[in-house]
Amino acid sequence: MSALPAAAARTAWYTGTVVEARPETGSARRLVIDVAGWPGNDAGQHLDVRLTAPDGYQAQRSYSIASAGSDTRIELAVDELPTGEVSPFLVEDVAVGDKIELHGPLGGYFVWMPQAVTHDPRPVQLIAGGSGVVPFVAMVRAHAAANDPTPFRLLYAVRQPDDVFYRQELAQLAASGLQLDFVYSRTAPHDWPVPAGRITKEALEGFVIPASDKPRIYICGSTGFVELVAGWLIELGHAAGDIRTERFGGK
Amino acid sequence: MSFVTRGFSGRNRERDPRLPPGQTKVEDWPVLSAGPTPKIDTADWSFTVTTETGAQTHWSWDELRALGIEDITTDIHCVTHWSKLQMPWRGVPIDKILAGIPTHAKYVMAHSYGGYTTNVPLDELLNGQAWVAFEADGAPLDPEHGGPARLLVPHLYFWKSAKWVNGLTLMDTDDPGFWEQAGYNLHGDPWKEERYW
Repeated sequence: MSALPAAAARTAWYTGTVVEARPETGSARRLVIDVAGWPGNDAGQHLDVRLTAPDGYQAQRSYSIASAGSDTRIELAVDELPTGEVSPFLVEDVAVGDKIELHGPLGGYFVWMPQAVTHDPRPVQLIAGGSGVVPFVAMVRAHAAANDPTPFRLLYAVRQPDDVFYRQELAQLAASGLQLDFVYSRTAPHDWPVPAGRITKEALEGFVIPASDKPRIYICGSTGFVELVAGWLIELGHAAGDIRTERFGGK
Repeated sequence: MSFVTRGFSGRNRERDPRLPPGQTKVEDWPVLSAGPTPKIDTADWSFTVTTETGAQTHWSWDELRALGIEDITTDIHCVTHWSKLQMPWRGVPIDKILAGIPTHAKYVMAHSYGGYTTNVPLDELLNGQAWVAFEADGAPLDPEHGGPARLLVPHLYFWKSAKWVNGLTLMDTDDPGFWEQAGYNLHGDPWKEERYW
């Protein structure tokens, strides 16, 4: 059990150059960063960003990576926290051509690997709350890139349609095999069959792969969202050991 | 290899000397867990110490608390870059739990409800450095924060302070726990930034 995971062995500091920056939503920005020497990353891994001020003051934060694979070009999608320190810089200030320090790839648990690696044919249920969708973007991309036969379903809980990250790409993937469901907590699209509102246990049951199919489940979102959803999934008969979580924020 | 990031000046300019490198002070209390939060009734709760020879000692909730609860005020540091300063805690020191248990072990694996594990050198759990904690901020520990009881090893990154702890296994040699197998540091000293390996 002491085997050093491959990903961990490659973890190091790298210098990334921002090669693309564009608005993702009203409060979020997508950054494509070329990282010289980046060893590639698994779908769902994250990295640390370190910013240094002229007087040596530093700030570090962790971000999920929206891309996966061996490419040295990685993608982040950063939601700006109004009281934040690093996210406002990444969303408003950093420009194409700027260099930033990155440490990674990090995390060997909240990751998805193709069936060719895991030999696990069970379906996969992804459940995102807001910007918690970012690691799942990496997973659905990796799933499509590998032509993986594992059934994939993504439930994406979001306040309103304008807050959806990777809207076009998710729609394209949904047209080619990804089962994609949205729940809107504040405003739903005009033609939406269900009124906007907080997700309920009954709605959740309708949007996730049933416990009888023994899906592997990943949940990422705010602490409150993850606690609520994970608790309901247990009540719906899913095994705790099949549920992996990633949370942000306090309680 | 650090270099100045163009355009970055930083917002939280006051650098608190109690913050280890790469940490930011928070006032709320972020939750990080790898899976669902287990719900454990203290009536069903038990704590087990297993020595390197396999000998086991068990405590119920009331028995463990009867060993003597201490008040602790400490800073805590999460590897995800947040720190909380001067948090009040209450718990039973590991010294009292291991007193009278014969061992020559050098390392400990902490075990939790839900299957989580983390490894710590034994001498870093002793001499008032670690507790099984039941309360924080003046209230019983919420399940999200590891209640009813979690390990508290505040001088190491907080993933070492195993939530929902239910036992310690004493070991002759070091062995990586859950996050340590996933690339996190075997030791985890925040002042040395021992985050990953």
